[in-house]
Amino acid sequence: MAQSPSREKSQLKPKSETAWWLAPNLTLVVFSLFVLYSAWEVLTHNVGRYQNYLSPYFSPDVGLWLGVPFLPAVLVAWIPLGFRASCYYYRREYYRGFFRDPAACGIHDRSKRYQGETRAPLSWNNLHRFFLYLALVVVVFLWKDAVDGFWYQGHLEVGLGSLILLLDAILLSFYTFSCHAFRHLVGGNIDCFSCQSGGRSRYRWWRTISTLNQRHGLFAWTSMFMVWGTDLYIRLLLSGVIHDVKFF
Amino acid sequence: MATDTTTIYIYRGDASGGEERPYLVEISPGMVILDAIHYIQANDAPDLAVRWNCKAAHCGSCSAEINGHPRLLCKTRLDDYLATDTPVHVRPMKTFPIIRDLVTDVSWNYRMAKRIPPFHPAHPAPFTLDQRDVARIQEFRRCIECFLCQDICHVIRDHDAKDAYMGPRFMAKLAELEMHPMDTENRIPFVRNDAGLGWCNVTHCCSEVCPEGIEITGNAIIPLKERLADQFWDPVRRIFRRSSLTDVGQHEPKDS
Ligand code: SF4
Ligand code: SF4
Ligand code: FES
Ligand code: FES
Repeated sequence: MAQSPSREKSQLKPKSETAWWLAPNLTLVVFSLFVLYSAWEVLTHNVGRYQNYLSPYFSPDVGLWLGVPFLPAVLVAWIPLGFRASCYYYRREYYRGFFRDPAACGIHDRSKRYQGETRAPLSWNNLHRFFLYLALVVVVFLWKDAVDGFWYQGHLEVGLGSLILLLDAILLSFYTFSCHAFRHLVGGNIDCFSCQSGGRSRYRWWRTISTLNQRHGLFAWTSMFMVWGTDLYIRLLLSGVIHDVKFF
Repeated sequence: MATDTTTIYIYRGDASGGEERPYLVEISPGMVILDAIHYIQANDAPDLAVRWNCKAAHCGSCSAEINGHPRLLCKTRLDDYLATDTPVHVRPMKTFPIIRDLVTDVSWNYRMAKRIPPFHPAHPAPFTLDQRDVARIQEFRRCIECFLCQDICHVIRDHDAKDAYMGPRFMAKLAELEMHPMDTENRIPFVRNDAGLGWCNVTHCCSEVCPEGIEITGNAIIPLKERLADQFWDPVRRIFRRSSLTDVGQHEPKDS
């Protein structure tokens, strides 16, 4: 079954009562920097490929398929960004960090006319599953990019960039497959597993995804930094600031 | 041997107003805040009002706020505060009307409970249930109705939206009924329109304060939001609601 924190771990400890402002402000600063960086990357660059390395902001390479030479990342980056913006974990974080509704538990809300997610545009967060479906397609391409990262001009080659792309694909897979909407899709929508054919395997899948789901926040942060770092690495290679480290 | 003492600040007052007053407490090993309050009642303030029953984190009566955080008085150790030299301030739950001192009127919760569409089984009990089908809802049955989650929920606490949102305790109750393998009722329209699930912005405070460690947001509220999306936001699922992806209408366990 979906585990919940043990009874002993529940309830905030007195220590954590003092620095409540730290987490929302950290979220505010880091998310703002990430959004600004993403906007700069997507809206000011026409190329996201360095040799056999493709930046996650430009993947899949729809610009190449459609022959769009300008800002090709615009065609795809809305998928991962929309996926994160409507993610239940990110919602919790930005409602706390940006909206301050509430900044931390027990701290009075900033909004005077709070409506929650009852009205547009915040109610559109209910469409999160559609971003999930698209993100699942993107993950397939990220794995293709990771494999391509080890394959240069017809032979196997391992560089620091290959390993970075591989780690990026791994963390983004963990983030995507630990999604609450995915958990719902694989079995959360079933009340009676034993009543249906295939119910046993749905139950096993649901349990596995539930275990991953408990770490969804961790995957949300680590995969975000990984995307950021992967793109920055490729951008620095493209601009000639650094050179790829080749292992063999 | 000199006895160790500490000062605890306790809110004294009623609906017309009040203030925190300091009380000197003799520290004993393993003391919880409720012990300290009993000490104060015995030695200093026999008229200090506090609600409690089990002193074992089972009855959910002794809910209050310690330094602004909803807690069970009988489950909160004094030495956690002494270890960090943190002064202890005990106040009644902020979200509910005060009766006197630490006692609040939580009857709104009972009125909400009555509004929930009851369990509606496919056929009368007894049932043969598969553990896999009930494991998930057993978590919600740990609830002791302390209403600490209702107290911390900013929708009710800061916006007093008691008419619009039933609060996390009843989201857990609704999830428990909705996920029950024998239940046939569709409460999702009720969850959306009457219980006001859209008011919750999944900020997780209810789960953080629950003394029973129930993961209210992750295991009850978000699954309910997904079920609500199935019925109100997903045209594809609406069309195929009775397809093999869902189990509506099937309530007989087949295998064990
Ligand atoms: S997660 Fe929802 S129900 Fe729980 S405290 Fe936050 S707003 Fe209230
Ligand atoms: S869900 Fe937890 S916090 Fe809420 S009333 Fe039940 S036991 Fe108390
Ligand atoms: S990606 Fe976070 S909940 Fe779906
Ligand atoms: S006295 Fe029963 S829960 Fe604290």
